[in-house]
Amino acid sequence: MRFLLAILIIWGFTANAGEKVIITGSSTIAPVISDLAKIYEGKHSKVRIDVQTGGSSRGILDARKGLAQIGMVSRALKKNENDLKHFTLAKDGLAIIVHKSNPVTELTEDQIKQIYVKKITNWKIVNGEDKKIVVVNKAEGRSTLELFLKFFKLKNSQIKPDIIIGDNEQGIKTVSKNPNAITYVSIGAAEYNASVGVPLKLLKFKGVEAKVQNVENGTYPLMRELNLVTREAPKGLADKFIKYVLSKEASQTIKDHYFVPINKK
Amino acid sequence: MFQLTRSRQDLYLNVFLKINGYFSFLAVFLIFLFIGKESIVALSGHSTAFIFDKSWFPSEGQFNTVPMIAGTLIVTFGSVILALPLGIISSLFANFYCPPRIKIFYRRAIELYTGIPSVVFGFWGLMKLVPIINEFQPPGQSLLAGILVLALMIFPIITLSLISSFEMASKNHFKVSESLGLKKSTYIWFVLLPSLKGQILGATILSTGRAIGETMAVLMVCGNIVKIPSSVFEPVRTLTANIALEMAYAMGTHRSALFLSGLILLIMIGFLLLLSDTLKKRFAWKD
Repeated sequence: MRFLLAILIIWGFTANAGEKVIITGSSTIAPVISDLAKIYEGKHSKVRIDVQTGGSSRGILDARKGLAQIGMVSRALKKNENDLKHFTLAKDGLAIIVHKSNPVTELTEDQIKQIYVKKITNWKIVNGEDKKIVVVNKAEGRSTLELFLKFFKLKNSQIKPDIIIGDNEQGIKTVSKNPNAITYVSIGAAEYNASVGVPLKLLKFKGVEAKVQNVENGTYPLMRELNLVTREAPKGLADKFIKYVLSKEASQTIKDHYFVPINKK
Repeated sequence: MFQLTRSRQDLYLNVFLKINGYFSFLAVFLIFLFIGKESIVALSGHSTAFIFDKSWFPSEGQFNTVPMIAGTLIVTFGSVILALPLGIISSLFANFYCPPRIKIFYRRAIELYTGIPSVVFGFWGLMKLVPIINEFQPPGQSLLAGILVLALMIFPIITLSLISSFEMASKNHFKVSESLGLKKSTYIWFVLLPSLKGQILGATILSTGRAIGETMAVLMVCGNIVKIPSSVFEPVRTLTANIALEMAYAMGTHRSALFLSGLILLIMIGFLLLLSDTLKKRFAWKD
């Protein structure tokens, strides 16, 4: 018993002896970084990576104050944030999706806005069939909702949804079973499901096809950058972890979260 | 000497049991305390927000939970009202009309049925039931879908608990009623069911508890719009679905408001237990 206890205590000390990095910020990036951190910790036994959420502004603030070695920011940096070093780990695009049988192939920014606030309620008005539009929105707190609202300059209380859903998969299931529904999901998830035969269609936006490729090359407008920021050039574990996040090795995990990893040169 | 060890053993056992007993009590108490503590932030801002705010838009500081309380109640009671006759009929079938050879299989099948994870029901509802409702009245994800899926989920719970009650009761007076020349149906309607009001009520409460706490299935088929529905074809959001939908990224007051949803749910279940106790006493007194 005592022997076991001794082992436990020693193990406890050694486990704490390693380096530790604190990462705070955007709740969009936190899940993928947590996953990557777990994998990284598994490979390097003596490190601890602590991931906390609190929004992009907290990521900026904590990195500036040095409360966290790395901040997570789910947007491009503003001009007055140039004092921070930033590393773009991925891009996050939104695809507007409808059922495959829906004849509509493209909607303008204004049309989408009108549909979501229920000014346009019939597909006929936007060159579709004479059917009522079923508006599907995301639940509060989802990063896709945040991006959608920001891009279309809407408040969530202005949107008049018929259905509210949680994650991307639920959105895809809902649209694939409802010929009159419209929703928005992460572009990676939509493209994958369409490619395996789920009956859904990704609408063109501003003339650009909703494709992961077009998010990568920056032509698809409905997207944002996911960034890691540091106060100074990263050192030690922070540096190694950022390099790992940007590596080819990590890109599969990033894809698993339906983000588009940045092409490695 | 032996006596001493014996009593000491008793003492150990006594202490061990007491610790365990108090622990489970303490656990419930602590859960209540924790949820209460986490809800305080939402309550302290302006304590009537969750009743009098315009709607539920956490990012804009509106936290009206009344539509979700209503949603939970409507979905739950709707499904129980549907499930109760289903449960009674299927348990009567199992006890009195089922060929004896099949009886055991029927019972096992019902037992298996209660073990089906709720997400499976939700998935089935979303893929099969919702499109059918959608053809009659879009959007399909609706109060009706929720009630139907929940009723299918909880009726076997009623069936199972009634099968055993019916068995027990029939041991006592089925033979007597047969020897009196009563028909089977007369026995069921005028002897069995009236004498088992309490058990039927107990089974109903049990299934209500399950229905009220159900999350995944309801979340998938109900549409989750925060509004008191004006018809069965309109979507509805329950308190449980609210927590599950929004917990992932909720922070600050929003997070606290979700805990408040949980607290309200706990209080509702508390009331349910109280209600069942009083009703049971009333029935027992009548007997």
